[in-house]
Amino acid sequence: MSRILVGPFNRVEGDLEIALEISNGQVESAQVNSTMYRGFEQILQGKKPMDALVYTPRICGICSVSQSVASAYALADAMQLGMPLNGERCINLILANENMADLLTHFYLFFMPDFARSVYATQPWYDQVQARFQAVKGDACRDVLPARAEFLHLMGLLAGKWPHSLSIQPGGTAKSIEAHERLGMLGILAGFRRFLERRLFGDSLEVISQLKSESELQQWASEKEWKSSDLRIFLHLSQQLQLDQMGRATDQFMSYGNYLLDGERLFRPGVVDAQGQRRPLDSQQITEDISHAWLSGQQQPQHPELGVTQPSLDNERGYSWCKAPRLAGQVMETGALARQLSNGHPLMMDLAARSGANVQNRMLGRLLELAIVVPQMEQWARQIDPLDRFCVHGTLPDYADGVGMIEAARGSLGHWLSIREGKISNYQIIAPTTWNFSPRDQHGTPGALEQALQGAAVLEGEETPIAVQHIVRSFDPCVVCTVH
Amino acid sequence: MVNLLWLQSGGCGGCSMSMLNAEAPDLLTSFDAAGINLLWHPSLSEQSGAEVIDLLQQLVAGDIPLDILCIEGSMLMGPMGTGRFHVMGGTGVPMIDWVRQLAARAKHTVAVGSCAAYGGISAAGENITEATGLQFDGELSGGLLGASYRSGSGQGVVNIAGCPTHPNWITETLLQIALGEFSAEQVDNLGRPRSYADHLVHHGCSRNEYYEYKASAELPGEQGCMMENMGCLGTQAHADCNIRPWNGEGSCTRGGYACINCTAPEFEEPTYAFTKTRKIAGIPVGLPTDMPKAWFVALASLSKAATPERLKVNATSERIIYPPSRQKVDK
Repeated sequence: MSRILVGPFNRVEGDLEIALEISNGQVESAQVNSTMYRGFEQILQGKKPMDALVYTPRICGICSVSQSVASAYALADAMQLGMPLNGERCINLILANENMADLLTHFYLFFMPDFARSVYATQPWYDQVQARFQAVKGDACRDVLPARAEFLHLMGLLAGKWPHSLSIQPGGTAKSIEAHERLGMLGILAGFRRFLERRLFGDSLEVISQLKSESELQQWASEKEWKSSDLRIFLHLSQQLQLDQMGRATDQFMSYGNYLLDGERLFRPGVVDAQGQRRPLDSQQITEDISHAWLSGQQQPQHPELGVTQPSLDNERGYSWCKAPRLAGQVMETGALARQLSNGHPLMMDLAARSGANVQNRMLGRLLELAIVVPQMEQWARQIDPLDRFCVHGTLPDYADGVGMIEAARGSLGHWLSIREGKISNYQIIAPTTWNFSPRDQHGTPGALEQALQGAAVLEGEETPIAVQHIVRSFDPCVVCTVH
Repeated sequence: MVNLLWLQSGGCGGCSMSMLNAEAPDLLTSFDAAGINLLWHPSLSEQSGAEVIDLLQQLVAGDIPLDILCIEGSMLMGPMGTGRFHVMGGTGVPMIDWVRQLAARAKHTVAVGSCAAYGGISAAGENITEATGLQFDGELSGGLLGASYRSGSGQGVVNIAGCPTHPNWITETLLQIALGEFSAEQVDNLGRPRSYADHLVHHGCSRNEYYEYKASAELPGEQGCMMENMGCLGTQAHADCNIRPWNGEGSCTRGGYACINCTAPEFEEPTYAFTKTRKIAGIPVGLPTDMPKAWFVALASLSKAATPERLKVNATSERIIYPPSRQKVDK
């Protein structure tokens, strides 16, 4: 048995360190350490409730408007305020713009460059993959940065800027859309669709989103050469490297549901396992455990409404700043795969039934979501009525509680807000990667990534094992959100 | 080639995310234009883990020249000055110690964003983490490196303040440095590049006509000037956000919300709510910095008296009710 410390991790958002115990060329156990504490939950104490809209997006520069939307929903819940339809459409567009940009950024800039590493230099596919995906130097990086920047022009029209906007309000959006701006959005979306269809998929978004099974996906892939699109390249690599056998975790998936419009969510909330057994999400069963975190102030796991955040390096069992969230005591995996399983997409259901959650299926969940959500964004933009209301206004009570639960790119994000005497008395945030990268709980049960890393291959002499990197990045972690 | 290293600490990574939005030219072309050799950036580079530690050790030893050190995020000094709130992954060494060692080798040290410059959002509230900037702690000079720190070029830390920073503020500053054109005259008294800090957010604000007539918005989403009621600090904030917009056509004020003066030290702790204007006897506190108060009040009441109906109505509406017209609107 040997022990290695892996870090700093890059091409994840934030800093990360993983301690690995290794025997017989495999990871025996892993401890995931989110290495930085900033204390947003403490900063928010005593602040004016509406000021949460300034502080919370600044938890994260890549999940910025996701934090804003969760915060606005929590404030709206406290005010018992609804949104006009235009407000919902614009908020969905803003949230989807960030989420889709993040999925794209993850695939091209964070995940794929690992296949251009020299460890793969003897593989028959290496030259093409290196030319396309090498970090900074590959031509995908040159293609995707301008496409991403242009896609984020939607934020210029809808939210003033990205990251860190204040357009997102409890009662809608502070940025009403003029007729010409609506047309501008349709143009931007058409450009982004073209990029996805030409470079990423090599086919129309509708063909991709309607694939129903692994055999249909394989059939589709075989219709053209593996080099002909980035998705086909990924599928080829996945087959060659057996990415579907790498990084399986708990196979318990959770989604809060997302993109609310007129009482319906585009993606429904729920909890599901790899065999498609669904159960409703009961958010009262969420707790956070601090037994292995550098925190104090909670004897027992607490529901976030009663959660306490108090840093303390005195906890001898502590090895991370991250709390351990559990649903009814269970570890949950969250993210695009969980969202699509919860929503019952047939392709993801079939893939998960065959091989559970793994590096391949997590990536395919993300790419599938791009194909589903971008056409939906076109719909929302078309539906905007520039002559109708975008925002309604309410009054914040001096005593109230509110909850905001949404799906960020990386998974389920919740804000729990308490207002007393007109000020924030408690504000607890559970971010997607808090779930996925949680440390052990009081029963010693490892978090989702910690489980996913068990069994990962460690090659002779590897200091930063490549399999570990693939598995870590397959979660698209955001470590600044994780601890906040 | 100009070697550039980028590290992140007590921030959100949003300045990097914003930098990736650079356009005309895009980020990589900007780096090409400046002859920048990106040694390592946490969002972009291939090297991970041991490869990074090896690179940092060579830089600290002086084996690889470090031309530009960019730091994003505040320096977390706590608890009790130990820096344990951020120990850099895989190294066992607090980030503040890495930054001290690297800054001693850097020819130019650049704080990217208000966190690295002054402490920023991470220093809000009771500042539990003892967050500070590289060379400023809020408005006071000092910070992690101290007031007397000078990089190899003989200059202090360049503070590209903003929360987040506009991509061009970063790419232009890096280009100026790489071309050897950056000198002490290029920054203001808070270390901010004058290329953007010599402007006010008010310049080019699309709500200027409402400002002229003091036709004010009262609620989020309304089109009027946001200074009187909505907390807008655009007339005091040093930045060119409305001269060169964000993400194509945007800015905070165009997005329907107040400028919160995010390029200034201590913006994170306003004396009042962020999006409400503090007033004394009905007059906003914090008028344009260099305008005599009496004059402002006199001009404001005069222009209020002359406000056309069109602006009065549009100011408190989500959309244009009265378009400009050649015909006079009778009251």
